Amino acid sequence: MPWTPFPTSAPDFERPGPWQFFTTDEATAVEAIVDRIIPPDPDTPGGKDAGCAVFIDRQLKGPYGSAAGLYRLGPYTKGTKEQGPQSANTPAELYRKGLAGLDRYCKANNGGKGFTQLSAEQQDGVLKKIEAGEVKFDEVDAQGFFDALLKDVPEGFFSDPIHGGNKNMVGWSMIGFPGIRYDYRDWIHRHNERYPHPPVSIAGRADWTPHKS
Amino acid sequence: MVRKLPAKDVVIVGLGWTGSIMAYELADAGLDVMAIERGPWRNTATDHPPGYAADELRYRIRHELFLRPEQTTFTFRNKMSQTALPIRTWGAFMPPNGVGGGGVHWNAETWRFLPTDFVLRTHLTQRYGAGFLPDDMTIQDWGVTYDDLEPHYDRFEYLCGTSGQAGNVKGQIVEGGNPFEGPRSRHYPNPPQDQPFGATLFAKAARDLGYKPFPQPSGNMSRAYQNPLGVRLGPCTFCGFCEWFGCGNYSKATPQTTILPVLLRKPNFAARDNSEVTRINLDASGKRATGVTFVDTGGNEWEQPADLVILSAYTIFNVQLLLLSGIGKPYDPVGNSGVIGRNFTHQTISDVVSFFDPAKFAFNPFIASGSIGMCIDEFNGDNFDHGPHGFVGGGYMGQVQTNGRPIETAPVPPGTPRWGAQWKKAVKENYQSALKPGTGVHGSMYSYRDVYVDLDPTYKDRFGRPLARMTIDFHDNELKQNAFLTDKFAEIFQAMGARQIVKEYRKGPYDVTKYQTTHLCGGAIMGTDPGTSALNRYLQSWDVPNLFVTGASAFPQNPGYNPTGTVAALAYWAADAIRNRYLKNPGQLINA
Repeated sequence: MPWTPFPTSAPDFERPGPWQFFTTDEATAVEAIVDRIIPPDPDTPGGKDAGCAVFIDRQLKGPYGSAAGLYRLGPYTKGTKEQGPQSANTPAELYRKGLAGLDRYCKANNGGKGFTQLSAEQQDGVLKKIEAGEVKFDEVDAQGFFDALLKDVPEGFFSDPIHGGNKNMVGWSMIGFPGIRYDYRDWIHRHNERYPHPPVSIAGRADWTPHKS
Repeated sequence: MVRKLPAKDVVIVGLGWTGSIMAYELADAGLDVMAIERGPWRNTATDHPPGYAADELRYRIRHELFLRPEQTTFTFRNKMSQTALPIRTWGAFMPPNGVGGGGVHWNAETWRFLPTDFVLRTHLTQRYGAGFLPDDMTIQDWGVTYDDLEPHYDRFEYLCGTSGQAGNVKGQIVEGGNPFEGPRSRHYPNPPQDQPFGATLFAKAARDLGYKPFPQPSGNMSRAYQNPLGVRLGPCTFCGFCEWFGCGNYSKATPQTTILPVLLRKPNFAARDNSEVTRINLDASGKRATGVTFVDTGGNEWEQPADLVILSAYTIFNVQLLLLSGIGKPYDPVGNSGVIGRNFTHQTISDVVSFFDPAKFAFNPFIASGSIGMCIDEFNGDNFDHGPHGFVGGGYMGQVQTNGRPIETAPVPPGTPRWGAQWKKAVKENYQSALKPGTGVHGSMYSYRDVYVDLDPTYKDRFGRPLARMTIDFHDNELKQNAFLTDKFAEIFQAMGARQIVKEYRKGPYDVTKYQTTHLCGGAIMGTDPGTSALNRYLQSWDVPNLFVTGASAFPQNPGYNPTGTVAALAYWAADAIRNRYLKNPGQLINA
């Protein structure tokens, strides 16, 4: 029986460039949302500049977006909370329908203005209403869509930069997480002394990498 | 068309820890052994080198090393009156996949069970009276004792190079170890791992409160080690990417780092990966296995005939395969009859998250190994008098913080919004000064009449076979146990000087989305009576004597420790019985 032992499993690196899943309008909305979920502050960029929208875009285009590997056979029946997610929507479908629902909701309630045209305070107000279950979308559960965002945006902020978020390791630098250094034998005994070295990504560090002139 | 392969002496279903142990032992006895594994081959150098093994998104969040639910999953309900629905994405536990099984991505917490755990019903009945146990609790004695298993525990610990501090060597209590453990014949092969700040503070506070803390026994190497098979492991570097991940340093005891390099050199051993066994075949009498049928990735069906079948898949898949193969009488909870699916259990885990003053505490939570930490065992098993408390069971508890990976481990104090500027600020402020044990309170789950596994009437796997259905909920006994233990655990963090403590009690109903451990147990249990157990004390099927079933599916109930040490010791114990008794006279080893 033919088989290939030890297939390589090296990771793919996400590169900057055009949106792969989102339309331009969707991407603009997502960039606004991720900047409300993780707002910029004087020390650390917000979700947008950290690449959280790019991260989600690449994830939705990939296996996560299509729910690859998950159990997808029916019948689909609504169960108890304890029985876990039973929606037939893939994450890609949830975002597509959720973003459309958000756009319709904002325009209907703000004189035709979409989410990105609202002030930061108004945007926070909309998201808080969705979080509280006070908003209904036509095609998907609005609260479920927001829960997905609350899972995916911090993942973009804190996952390895090779996935498109955590740009320049800003999320890791904010908290002092050293990334994939992988060897702390020199620090295990240094109790209550903050680890001093900056983070390293699977892609190394920019200052270790030569630039094209 | 099913194609028939040349017959083997032994076919092994699943090449994880117990499959590897069985394969080695039986190949070493001169038998021709074929192992069939559902998942892919895995190897340190190609699958998890240090250059990218530490990818939290890929391995922890997206479950790269685990079984894909689309391959197969199970259905779940709390009560017999409910309709079970499929687990579409993993949550409460993580079924493994691939060569090495759960041994590839475990934390390597390597415990022994207490001597009383193996004679649980007898012991508790003698101490407290039969009326002390809930009517519907179905706990049983194992049919095997701690003393039977001691040499086999020892064998596994020396295979793995377990790092730890003995608490009882040949009956002598040793300072610094677990004084409650059963007597061991010798010390651990390696000293305990070094401990980080949080665990050290925990141990001091626990000692001040009168407990006897000890380092968690760890399958992560405290120093370089060569095992009795000649395989070498390197020292653990505290990378903080252990459970859910493969180790890039050859520092974690796995089948790959302890047995497989030697097993693969044996000419009488062969393995097929990416091949799923769909049935154990029986002869016309139904009393003898003739081998197995499996399907390869091309969808081709093959028959592998063999004289001896070792079923060593993950707990619930062992049970499912027995049910699908018509081996043993399926359990019926209404009539309280049958054995396959009976005494299914999981775990009762809870945690305490504590927040310290950021100006005074820096824990560097990312400096960790899978089984680093200091534990106490005062509230495990029957190490304390349960009389006043009205429950049985218990667990170890400890500051066992296995990681500071920021997607998973960025605790914020209660009352913090889930998003926005305040959330961001709280994450930043507390990352270095909060403690969140990976497994805080590692509580037992005892067995009940209405917690069991059978076949689902509706949902099917990709081959059209019924999924296994689990019916499971927490009972009052376990919830009381958890409340008591969690309060005791929190007192230690209070004594450490935490300024805020959050007790995350385990509460019902059982929730399949909330991760506890991967320690599903029971369903094909061992025992002394064919009326209440699927296997005899040697893990041999009562119904089909040339079938042995390894793994935690044999546990009649789940004690308050991680199971792998016992799972492996039972595999060695059964292998010993096959080599020294069964092969001389193949047939039922016990006359029930």
